Amino acid sequence: MAASISLSLSLSPASTPRSGPAAARLGAAFRSSSLSFCGLRREVLSLRSVGSADSRRMIADLARHRAAKIVAAAENNGKPAKFDYDLIIIGAGVGGHGAALHAVEKGLKTAIIEGDIVGGTCVNRGCVPSKALLAVSGRMREFQDEHHLKALGLQVASPGYDRQSVADHANNLASKIRSNLTNSLKSLGVDILTGFGTIVGTQKVKYGKVGFPDTEVTAENIIIATGSVPFVPKGIEIDGKTVFTSDHALKLEWVPDWIAIVGSGYIGLEFSDVYTALGSEVTFVEALDQLMPGFDPEISKLAQRVLINPRKIDYHTGVFATKITPAKDGKPVLIELIDAKTKEPKDTLEVDAAMIATGRAPFTKGLGLENINVATVRGFVPVDEHMQVTDADGNLVPHLFCIGDANGKLMLAHAASAQGISVVEQICGNDNVLNHLSIPAACFTHPEISMVGLTEPQAREKAENGGFPISVAKTSFKANTKALAENEGEGIAKLIYRPDTGEILGVHIIGLHAADLIHEASNAIALGTRLQDIKFAVHAHPTLSEVLDELFKSAKVNSGVMSSVNEPVAV
Amino acid sequence: MSINLGEFCPPRRLRHPFDTITAGSLHFIALPLSSPPISSSHSLGHPSSMAASLLHVRFTSPSLPSPVLRRSSCRPAATPTRIYAKIREIFMPALSSTMTEGKIVSWVKSEGDRLAKGESVVVVESDKADMDVETFYDGFLAAIMVEEGGVAPVGSAIALLAESEDEIPLAKSQASSSPSSPAIAPVADSPAPSEAPTPPPSQTAPPPRASSASASLSAHPASEGGQRIVATPFAKKLAKELKVELAAVTGTGPQGRIVAKDVEAAAASGSTVPREPKTVAETGAAKVPTSPIIQLGTVVPFTTMQGAVSKNMVESLSVPTFRVGYTITTNALDELYKKIKSKGVTMTALLAKATSMALIKHPVVNSSCRDGKSFTYNSSINIAVAVAIDGGLITPVLQDADKVDIYSLSRKWKELVDKARAKQLQPHEYNTGTFTLSNLGMFGVDRFDAILPPGTGAIMAVGASQPTVVASKDGRIGLKNQMQVNVTADHRVIYGADLAAFLQTLAQIIENPKDLTM
Repeated sequence: MAASISLSLSLSPASTPRSGPAAARLGAAFRSSSLSFCGLRREVLSLRSVGSADSRRMIADLARHRAAKIVAAAENNGKPAKFDYDLIIIGAGVGGHGAALHAVEKGLKTAIIEGDIVGGTCVNRGCVPSKALLAVSGRMREFQDEHHLKALGLQVASPGYDRQSVADHANNLASKIRSNLTNSLKSLGVDILTGFGTIVGTQKVKYGKVGFPDTEVTAENIIIATGSVPFVPKGIEIDGKTVFTSDHALKLEWVPDWIAIVGSGYIGLEFSDVYTALGSEVTFVEALDQLMPGFDPEISKLAQRVLINPRKIDYHTGVFATKITPAKDGKPVLIELIDAKTKEPKDTLEVDAAMIATGRAPFTKGLGLENINVATVRGFVPVDEHMQVTDADGNLVPHLFCIGDANGKLMLAHAASAQGISVVEQICGNDNVLNHLSIPAACFTHPEISMVGLTEPQAREKAENGGFPISVAKTSFKANTKALAENEGEGIAKLIYRPDTGEILGVHIIGLHAADLIHEASNAIALGTRLQDIKFAVHAHPTLSEVLDELFKSAKVNSGVMSSVNEPVAV
Repeated sequence: MSINLGEFCPPRRLRHPFDTITAGSLHFIALPLSSPPISSSHSLGHPSSMAASLLHVRFTSPSLPSPVLRRSSCRPAATPTRIYAKIREIFMPALSSTMTEGKIVSWVKSEGDRLAKGESVVVVESDKADMDVETFYDGFLAAIMVEEGGVAPVGSAIALLAESEDEIPLAKSQASSSPSSPAIAPVADSPAPSEAPTPPPSQTAPPPRASSASASLSAHPASEGGQRIVATPFAKKLAKELKVELAAVTGTGPQGRIVAKDVEAAAASGSTVPREPKTVAETGAAKVPTSPIIQLGTVVPFTTMQGAVSKNMVESLSVPTFRVGYTITTNALDELYKKIKSKGVTMTALLAKATSMALIKHPVVNSSCRDGKSFTYNSSINIAVAVAIDGGLITPVLQDADKVDIYSLSRKWKELVDKARAKQLQPHEYNTGTFTLSNLGMFGVDRFDAILPPGTGAIMAVGASQPTVVASKDGRIGLKNQMQVNVTADHRVIYGADLAAFLQTLAQIIENPKDLTM
């Protein structure tokens, strides 16, 4: 439905209509060079489309340029009350919240259904409370690093912590962010409907608490944003005390002397940072042959040198934990390991606690997807690049979208939010395909790790297939004045790029405040800024951002002419 | 970092090192030390001519093949090689234009390992970054000339690479005589004089952590009856660092697992099994210590044992200790000793026996507090006796000293001393003490105090027995042999009155020693 409007991005007046996905692909291909024109071209288009578009769309279109609320009011007045809402979002996590906010801005009458508490995993059991714990662990690390303190001339006598206060800090932060989120929804006029949402048919949802009669509501469009829960492999018995997931760990009910963390992805890594700073010893259990499998190999190598080797951590790689028994009757937690390849029993660990960080599983049960012939794939809701749900036969389900962890495209809170915004744009008639390669990710260890785009192996594969050259540039935090002033010179930034065009393919950083530094790179990728342009941007001195400044400047772009000339350009 | 140079760019000509500077575009705000950015061009299918030309190499023999090592970056690196037959020197590469020396962060490979072209061999830290250095050649890492943590100037040899396994010995001998071996060389052990001096026993080094005598070697209740070793991550790390065999460590953690302090304790006593055990000091057997040859003005890094001792000593500061002294008349004991000396009884055994008998009546003095919340009445009375050895100290343990008769105890003591000489002390023979004796009497020391070894309740410092003029209660003046003892104890569990009562008992036993031979 959005196809004709979507062409506003790219077409000349004489262009022929194209299908949505095709335009999207094209859009993605040259998004960078054309996006700066969007505002202008859209406006022209919307005026041109007066004749054909229905009035609601035109008003919605205009709404972008006016105060949203006024237009929303006008829109509601003029609309037949065909649906209860323009948009219903199932799930009030960060994805649903982001979508709701943008929908209101776009003048849509919006409701959000939440069966648990507002904020979802991120706010209540994920990113937010874990940052509180990491803030504590970071300081503990500083206070305990005698060598470091001495170098700075500081004297700190026997640092310690109070576990309950640390736990309270995490809990209070979550409550605060949760109430902020709730208030922002309420103040914008988003209806919060309490209960578990189930899709009963096209554009129809029922919701209600267990034991109470369900209420049925209709909406022109529905977004599924039900998120995920910690994935627990079979054979592992969770008791919430000695064998637990991140959900329980964030409550910090105790600090075990020795904890095994199953999975060395970013969740496991962050918790290893917390636990070792608070005095635990950690054993990683990783199914793949290498720790931190998701990271760029060079980054994970350095991360191992900085975050694993000097700490009280050991690890078993290439093994599955087939059975984990909680501690009871004076016996420790037992973890049975088998070789990941041969499946032979390999070892048994006896530890005080085990945390399961083997990833997250979509939370899509009970959504009523069978009512509309949608089959989940390993629990994930299948979607197209516009996040529109596809049914068991591969056809698009009209008016139904799925964002965030539930679709499994990129399981990050801010990715869910970005997908939600993209869907709302789509609903409002603006073709929008989210470039997932521009979404940054961060791991909040000390020092932090962050990344955007492709890893080096991925980029090499892509280059091989695409027949283009790639180059790698690196800078070190050891050369950065601010980092040295902080006495935190450990770390590198790595850039993977096309030397022929100056396109940034990926940036990976490990070092002080890496999570904050990555956005210069992710914005550059999102906006299609080329290296030959960004290297002229000025960075305040002395700041950590100069690490990226150096990185961009060190790239060698071969093309003498503006590379964008070689690309299709919208005129 | 591991940056691939691309195998197509062997260095072809000699370049001045400062050529490298041109590769980086220095930002004008950048301070002089700021690095030229490291950049590499892996143009797939386009050999990187820039990188190739920028590599600079030093050849001693231009006709021979090029460097053994390349830094795995296209940033030009000095990876020169000198060729001795088929043995190549691996040089400290110049990783940046400002680098004058580099620190070896870690050797990825060990001596004797086979190296394949392109494999990382060593991680070098420059003033800017840590870099993996890779090999250009297949071969064997024959000899490492700069150990981890060592620093070497750019261009100096840090290791030797042999082409075949047969050449490893040759390379090794070359390494030991190489003039270009780096500044940081291990501190050479001064050769021990054949007439070995006896260093004085010192009470300050930590005798081992006490644990119940029933704890048998590597028995871990948590691990299927000692079939497996259960050790925490930090304990494993420490064991590797301190070169302690975990199988020989008795775990005292939850469910008997080995925790860090067990390893430290084992290292403090275990690694002291002397290389060339000198005469073990015994009461009355004092010899005049001669000073070993020491280079004045040198800074000597701790040996692993000294490191462990240092750690243990610092740890002892967390235990609130106090001291109680007592003067004991030893005329009767000396008489007894004279009588039974011919039967092989030693003064050490007599003192240990007397102490153990006193401990029977005062079990609290034989207890230990490990967690600060509870304490253990040890089931056995195991008397550890501090004995100095070259460069350290070991504490052979007379187990169940209260139950064994004085003659057996003396034989046991001789056996332990012989074993210590032959480096055959088993862990349970030096790390199961529950009470420690330290005796400096043979040097004429009349009194001193000892540091309490972490994990035990008390240690007794024994001074020399000397003829002393004393006034008796009936107003007479006489000459008596007297010795001062001074007990250091953990005041969390052992109080002043406990020690006082214990010492009173001990004095009674020593002053009326007939029970010692029963």
